[in-house]
Amino acid sequence: MTTLARRRRYSRDPLGLRRALSGPLLPGLVAAMALLAALAVAGAQGAAALAQRWQRGAAAAVTVQLPEADAAQTRRALEALRAMPDVAEARAMDEARLAELLRPWLGGTGGLPLPAVIELRLANPRADPVLVGDRLAAVVPGALVEAHGLWVQRLAALAQSLRWLSWVVLVLVAGVAAAVVAVATRAGLAARRDAVEVLHGLGARDSDIAGRFARRLGLMAAGGALLGTAAAVPALALLVDLASPWTGAGAGGSRAAGGWAALPWPALAAVPPVAFLVGWATAQLTVRRWLRHLP
Amino acid sequence: MVRFEAVGLRYLGSGPHAGAWGPEALTDVTFALPRGSFTWLLGPSGAGKSSVLRLMHLAIRPTRGEVEVLGLRLARAPRNMLPAVRRRIGVVFQDFRLLPYLSVFDNVALPLRLAGRPEASLRADVTEILRWVGLEAKADASPAELSGGEQQRIAIARAVVTRPDLLVADEPTGNLDSRQARRLLALLREMNRLGTTVVVATHDEDLVARFPAPALFLHEGRLHDPDNARGLHADSATDDDIG
Repeated sequence: MTTLARRRRYSRDPLGLRRALSGPLLPGLVAAMALLAALAVAGAQGAAALAQRWQRGAAAAVTVQLPEADAAQTRRALEALRAMPDVAEARAMDEARLAELLRPWLGGTGGLPLPAVIELRLANPRADPVLVGDRLAAVVPGALVEAHGLWVQRLAALAQSLRWLSWVVLVLVAGVAAAVVAVATRAGLAARRDAVEVLHGLGARDSDIAGRFARRLGLMAAGGALLGTAAAVPALALLVDLASPWTGAGAGGSRAAGGWAALPWPALAAVPPVAFLVGWATAQLTVRRWLRHLP
Repeated sequence: MVRFEAVGLRYLGSGPHAGAWGPEALTDVTFALPRGSFTWLLGPSGAGKSSVLRLMHLAIRPTRGEVEVLGLRLARAPRNMLPAVRRRIGVVFQDFRLLPYLSVFDNVALPLRLAGRPEASLRADVTEILRWVGLEAKADASPAELSGGEQQRIAIARAVVTRPDLLVADEPTGNLDSRQARRLLALLREMNRLGTTVVVATHDEDLVARFPAPALFLHEGRLHDPDNARGLHADSATDDDIG
């Protein structure tokens, strides 16, 4: 019975890769890299959520208030603003929406004189809104320019670049993982050089030999990635929990669930399969290139 | 079956000579071996016997000329056509080249598994070939537990388990005592009787005297054969009564 089991095991592993490619080094390194990848994935998603939310808030980066304005004055202000090269768009906010925005602070606005409000989008977010305000004040006296939205827009831009940075980190991590697998593959080839040459001489195709290495290394990488991703989950849950006031994830009574529900589960679940693919493809390429020196 | 035509061979240098071509290991070697023949490949060490055999089992390609093995023209054949032909060639090496971490059974079964034979049908063939070389009792042993002669018989079992069309052996008796060498030769002759073309390289003249057969003589990379342009030794004895 034991010899039968041994025979079955060996028949699937004629290159002895289970022994040649073993030990905790490769899975350990891939686990560390998967941890970084999980952080980067979560970072990318978190930054994307922040950027989106902030950008929505910053739809009107700059607002202009015209206290005691009549319709003619508002029209004049709009014309002046649209003539300025720095202004991409100028739109008067209708009274109903203004009242809606003010309701939380003022309750009903019936009877209160409301200022006319114009929303601006600047062509260049770095342009100084104070200059716009000065020029407008020359045309419509008393006009006030409020630029709080610009700050939000700049924060959103920062979040957006953080997101891109996360993707770059992800690509780098995948590249380093591929390099680690390539080194392990070469070590395995060196350890099993005789066996590879015997199999090649017996008529094994390159795909036979490369496939055996690729399956083994892909599985090792996937195992390491599983460990690394699992290790990243508690840290991520904590971070998501801390970030929830900004992303709005924890609002509305779901705080009890902590960060768990808000974690990017599909992306995290993709880390081990992606690690398998990186390991598999790297091993295939490395072994096939090595086999080229055999006729 | 096997045809060499004005074959020249140089090896690419290594170490300090990396990238440079070495001197010709074979020069203008021309011969043809008919199907079902048994041929000795003779000559002193360094004469090029191993190079001829390596060309025959597609381990290298010729630098010049043409080598045709089992219908494959080696000089220009695309690389992906070689594995299928290799599977029809059995090779026995002086140093056996068994895989130390596989059992005797798995070593012998390796060519069948590479050919994609299902486990169920492979078992009977492997057992039968192990019985033929007299080692069926050692199927589960590791090669390291066997004597040199037994290991070489396992190597032969691995080489013939697929019933190859061509069997080449490079100094197969080099590591064996004379009794084991004779037993090995008897196995090779029997394969030949069953229809396999066999080529054996050796410098063991006693063995050749015991099993007379056509011979190719190599000397300094050239076929030493002034009388016969095909390279086949003409005056070989008939050889079917040796056992």
